[in-house]
Amino acid sequence: MSEMNNDFSKSKAFLIDMTKCTGCRGCQVACKQWNQLDAEKTTFFTGEGYQNPPLMSEHTFTRIKFRDYQKNGQNEFAFYKEMCMHCNDPACASVCPVGAFVKTKEGPVTYDAERCIGCRFCMVACPFGVPKYEWSKAFPLVKKCTGCYSRILDGKKPACATTCPSAITYGERGEMIKEANRRIGARPEKYLKKLYGEEEAGGTSVIYLTALPFDELGFKHVTKRPLPSYTWQALRLVPGIFLTVGGSLSLLSWFTHRKERLKKEAEQREASDNTPKEES
Amino acid sequence: MTAARIIIKEIKGYHNFVKFLIVLVALGALASMVRFVFGLGVTTNLNDTFPWGLWISFDVVTAVPLAAGAFTLGAIVHCFHIKKLEPLVRPAIVTGFLGYSLVCVGLLLDLGQPQRGWHTMVYWNPHSPMFEVSMCIMAYTTVLFLEFLSPVCEKFGYHVPLRLLRTIEMPLVIAAAAISTLHQSSLGTFFLIAVDKLHPLWYNPLLPLLFWVSAMCAGISIITVEATMSHKWMGQPDESELLETLAKILPWVLMVYLTIRIFSLMALTQGLLWDRPGLTALFALEMVALIVPLVMLTSSKVRDHNKLRSTAAWLVIFGVIVNRFNVSMFGMMEKGTMYYPSFIESVVTIGVIAAHILFFVLIAKYFPIFEHHPETVDYTLPDNFKKTGKAHAVEAKLASEA
Repeated sequence: MSEMNNDFSKSKAFLIDMTKCTGCRGCQVACKQWNQLDAEKTTFFTGEGYQNPPLMSEHTFTRIKFRDYQKNGQNEFAFYKEMCMHCNDPACASVCPVGAFVKTKEGPVTYDAERCIGCRFCMVACPFGVPKYEWSKAFPLVKKCTGCYSRILDGKKPACATTCPSAITYGERGEMIKEANRRIGARPEKYLKKLYGEEEAGGTSVIYLTALPFDELGFKHVTKRPLPSYTWQALRLVPGIFLTVGGSLSLLSWFTHRKERLKKEAEQREASDNTPKEES
Repeated sequence: MTAARIIIKEIKGYHNFVKFLIVLVALGALASMVRFVFGLGVTTNLNDTFPWGLWISFDVVTAVPLAAGAFTLGAIVHCFHIKKLEPLVRPAIVTGFLGYSLVCVGLLLDLGQPQRGWHTMVYWNPHSPMFEVSMCIMAYTTVLFLEFLSPVCEKFGYHVPLRLLRTIEMPLVIAAAAISTLHQSSLGTFFLIAVDKLHPLWYNPLLPLLFWVSAMCAGISIITVEATMSHKWMGQPDESELLETLAKILPWVLMVYLTIRIFSLMALTQGLLWDRPGLTALFALEMVALIVPLVMLTSSKVRDHNKLRSTAAWLVIFGVIVNRFNVSMFGMMEKGTMYYPSFIESVVTIGVIAAHILFFVLIAKYFPIFEHHPETVDYTLPDNFKKTGKAHAVEAKLASEA
């Protein structure tokens, strides 16, 4: 659950300018190195396009998606860096029965592997499909990008943002949105006039700038309302329903049982009225 | 003769169907061991696209409403005071207790870290429907266990615990109804987070309410089917007169369910409804399986006819099962993707179903769950304060003096 504040402009966020991405995948390598993730044996063209590895997994927390398109009769590449969005009000944190996910005040959504019971509700809930599972293990846990939280606490930038030569800017969320709008204003012909992540899922700590429409690049269409509010509108009624059902059934059974008791007593009285008469 | 020999001799005397069930349960147990040795990834068809499969869809999301008979009937008999239906309560409680115990087994198999199941009791997250459901299931399994202790104590003639159990009978019945209301509906809340994932035919904000009402339909139908079958196959007493009364209640609950269902579909749903023919067919199947029994049960001819009544009940059960699978499995599949359970997953689930029937048959064989008619058993609570007795004595004294 989000800790107290609703103002996330001071928490840290990624601004990822996809038009400046060169597809070098240094971020993928840096992520694997910092998080000590195993390599995956892959071949080209096992996924939808040029991207490799083909999918995010327990070993791959971020990847660059390649999309080829035609521009002025020339083949061009557009890119999309897929990673945890570090939502302001994360669905994973709200559904986790043991509260293993925490939205930190610094920005990243962290995961506590010691608490996790492995129910996979986070994977069902996440609108971006980020949490992955250790399917190869007998007693698996969830794996996901933690926004390099330990590095942030040390005053460093996340591994991918440090390595990226061109596209990733890291800083306060308010500043990042301002910077993004400044870039759109300065080069309106270059950018799509919308930020992905400003309002998606109630706002995220990863903000994207692109040239191509989001859905063409593989961005998911996501509701603007924070996801936890969808379940909370039902769950907030729980104590009330418990008391209402319990209370009304108690009352009802008190009445029905009283009715029966009175009936029984009346019968007994009748019986005891009758018996002495017979005796006398 | 040693104990093992006595047991083997006893088992040899069972009906072949019971022996077949024992084999199925053993296979299921074996398959679940395979899951713990080789892991979920190898033994199931689950992956990052389909994190939940058959074990959640059937063993949890479907099995819980199928075990709803215990709380529904408990409330009908003890709170609404339709005492006539009393003989059906015990089989319903046994079904509920077995159902919930097996839900716990299914959940533990499905969890990645079953040894940490107790974490939910320590690290509370009230914002999680899963937290709410797991707390409720633990509480309710305990309640059902206590209710189930009555026939056990009767069997062994433990009088003191029996008196205690009768004293807390009403609180238990009320707690059962309240707890069940919460977790039956919260199973629907699970899928409220799946915005843009669950198809609009099933996604709507009233899903929790719908889950609760349809669970009651399923519970009543299961009791009907169970009583009919145990009369037919196990030579238990014929309860058809009571089932007729129950069959009068069922269409009302079905009507409430269908009204809310259609209202939520027309008024509260967003998005394209009929864009995927496969899902439309599943939706139609689910609706037909609930509307047909509603129409059937409005006629007294059907209600009084043993076979037709249990056909209608079977249809309701089928409809609710299809509904739960639609919500938790088919409706969650993205267009063009497909999940089907692996061999191991299927064997485990078949084992769970077989275990339920097997334990029910064995419990009915050894414990007095059907021989519990109010005429034959003393129901009065221990009269500790001698209220009625004293008044009686005084009256008698006055009468004799006069």
